[in-house]
Amino acid sequence: MTLDKLEVGRSALITKVGGEGALRARLLDMGLIPRTVITAVRRAPMGDPIELRVRGYELTIRLEDAAKIEIEPAEVPKIFSSDCSSCCAHSCKDCKKGGK
Amino acid sequence: MVFALVGNQNCGKTTLFNQLTGSNQHVGNFPGVTVESKVGVIRSRKADTVVDLPGIYSLRAYTNEETVTRDFILKNKPDGIINIVDATNIERNLYLSLQLLSMGVPTVIALNMMDEVRGNGGSINIEKLSRALGVCVVPISAAKNEGIDELIERAAEVASKRIMPAVKDFCTVGPVHRCIHSVTHLVEDHAEMIRMSPRFAATKLIEGDEELADTLGLNENERETIEHAVIEMENEGGLDRMAAIANMRYDFIEKACAGTVIHAAETKEHRRSSAIDKVLTGKFTAIPVFIGVMFLVFWLTFGLVGQPLADLLAAGIESLIAVIDTALEDFGMNPVAKSLIVDGVLAGVGSVLSFLPLIVVLFFFLSVLEDTGYMARVAFVTDRLLRKIGLSGRSVVPMLIGFGCSVPAIMATRTLSSERDRKLSVMLVPFVSCSAKLPIYAVFTAAFFPDNAPLVMLGLYLFGIIVGILAARFSGAFIFRGTAMPFVMELPNYRFPSPKSVFMLMKDKAWDFIRKAFTVILAASVIIWFLQTFDIRFNVVENGEGSLLAAVGKFISPLFVPLGFTDWRIPTALITGFTAKEAVVSTLAVLVGTTVSELPNVLMHSPELFTTASAMAFLVFTLLYTPCVAAVATLRREFSSRLGAAGVVLFQCVTAWVCAFIVYRIALLF
Repeated sequence: MTLDKLEVGRSALITKVGGEGALRARLLDMGLIPRTVITAVRRAPMGDPIELRVRGYELTIRLEDAAKIEIEPAEVPKIFSSDCSSCCAHSCKDCKKGGK
Repeated sequence: MVFALVGNQNCGKTTLFNQLTGSNQHVGNFPGVTVESKVGVIRSRKADTVVDLPGIYSLRAYTNEETVTRDFILKNKPDGIINIVDATNIERNLYLSLQLLSMGVPTVIALNMMDEVRGNGGSINIEKLSRALGVCVVPISAAKNEGIDELIERAAEVASKRIMPAVKDFCTVGPVHRCIHSVTHLVEDHAEMIRMSPRFAATKLIEGDEELADTLGLNENERETIEHAVIEMENEGGLDRMAAIANMRYDFIEKACAGTVIHAAETKEHRRSSAIDKVLTGKFTAIPVFIGVMFLVFWLTFGLVGQPLADLLAAGIESLIAVIDTALEDFGMNPVAKSLIVDGVLAGVGSVLSFLPLIVVLFFFLSVLEDTGYMARVAFVTDRLLRKIGLSGRSVVPMLIGFGCSVPAIMATRTLSSERDRKLSVMLVPFVSCSAKLPIYAVFTAAFFPDNAPLVMLGLYLFGIIVGILAARFSGAFIFRGTAMPFVMELPNYRFPSPKSVFMLMKDKAWDFIRKAFTVILAASVIIWFLQTFDIRFNVVENGEGSLLAAVGKFISPLFVPLGFTDWRIPTALITGFTAKEAVVSTLAVLVGTTVSELPNVLMHSPELFTTASAMAFLVFTLLYTPCVAAVATLRREFSSRLGAAGVVLFQCVTAWVCAFIVYRIALLF
């Protein structure tokens, strides 16, 4: 599956970052690296671009670029570590309930 | 000593810079690019300066901003680097830090927004982080002016004792490690020859930086050896060169942060941001809110606050001019010299000053929108539309401001994050019909289309936008080639803007405009005065007909015959429009011997001047032809090239002529 197909509210694991040149460099620099958890937050009112949450911050990319990123569905970890850095990528409401 | 201030976008860099330097700032451009450079003297250490480098995420040389930062550190060799890091988003911010640390320059990390981390129950073990990264880390809050003194002290200490970053190895044993180390050895002497850190050179070479290979003077053999090492690393590690290095950095950061950084479950700032975003970027609310915000900014700038201020200023200047006028007359000054002072110099000064309230008020709102984080959302919401014309969502705001006045609109392109987008937007803005052209439309629609005035006006505005879009597509394809900057943009948490930063930006923009536009506008005003006052034998003219200006108008009038402007007075009026668009109607009124308010009546009954068809052509021509001198001066500044500005003027005049010609020919058919 590719990132543009990820449903809003769902998380996934990045498996491969495609694209080339400046785009690819930028994606990698922003922390979109294989084995990173990524969450689709929302779509822009006109359907494109999309807002993503990765490594504890939000960023937006266009669908055509998201299509160059391959993902696999990731299970949201049920056990939350105290530092919470790994689970915050998913849903912080769960985190408060289950954490600490 | 010279310090370089480096950090990501949205990490509080400008706020820190303002705290460090106060008002001792000098704003300029890096040579050859439209990337802003700011230099300031550190408030508490008068002998030291700090250079504010553009906000970047990485040191690859893909954008001008990255290249400028990299070149500044490599070539200007600052005594120290102050790397500002957003503690609430520490992982991604440290990615740039790791690259800076490998450059072999004394560095301190300013860990900003620590108050926010603590306020949410999170914590960062400064000592541990400092040890893991091998540099001094100083917790600060730029917005609250906390920790700044210690930061300066540490930076000065590190720089004066030349304390280099202690940790150089960001890789753990494995294929990447092996590759970096073998390449480092291979290029060691090459790099040291140009006083570059071998580690930095090796990492960049592995990432595929061809330019650096040339700079280092590597021969074929060495390049091949490096390529072999890299291929070996790719095969063994399973990641290609770019991903492998990025992965190594993030791995290192994750390890350094584990046990050191304790994140709050969800910060209240983030919760608040998510709540605001539900409305501001929501499916049904985003666009109405955006239109509302723009309308409000417009109304406040050009309606409620800015324009009245400008009018007030203009009235003040006018009465001042009147006083000087009478004083000079009583003094018995030669009427021509008096006219030069009053109609040439003072009128020019007045027109420069009349722009100021608009610029100041507009930039107040723009910097608030930018600093709160809403501008990034605007880009997110409008990107899909703007992409169709080869721009990104960020360009929408400067374009909309263009409906008010091209000058602040062109200045506002500064907020765009890529040079290509900036230049394209600067090209596009003058095609958006500014408010100074309204008097022209008003006179001509009243004279020729009294029944369809709103329709004609709307049509003109739309026509301007369409031509602008076509021009942008054309110049995007032929003039500013190069790939568009990737639209991968951070959406920072909403924050309360720092009043100091907002104020500094307003002050900068106002000064910037005065400094750069003053001489140009003054010169243009004096030249037009000269042309209007004298005839070809340098005698003072009695009426407009014999003046040099009329002579120029007559000289170029054959050019306008194909557009249906057969009378010399029309091109003459158009020339004066270069100083300010409103001047077109006032000059035309003087030349036909009437007042502006009577002009529609006179035009209606003088078919030798305009027919309906040529009036339409005239409207289209004034819509599209050269921006006024103030806009051209700003344009020149943003392009940092005279040739570029002259090119835009020429391009627009030609476009205007062609469009007016087509419109005239079509109108003749009916």
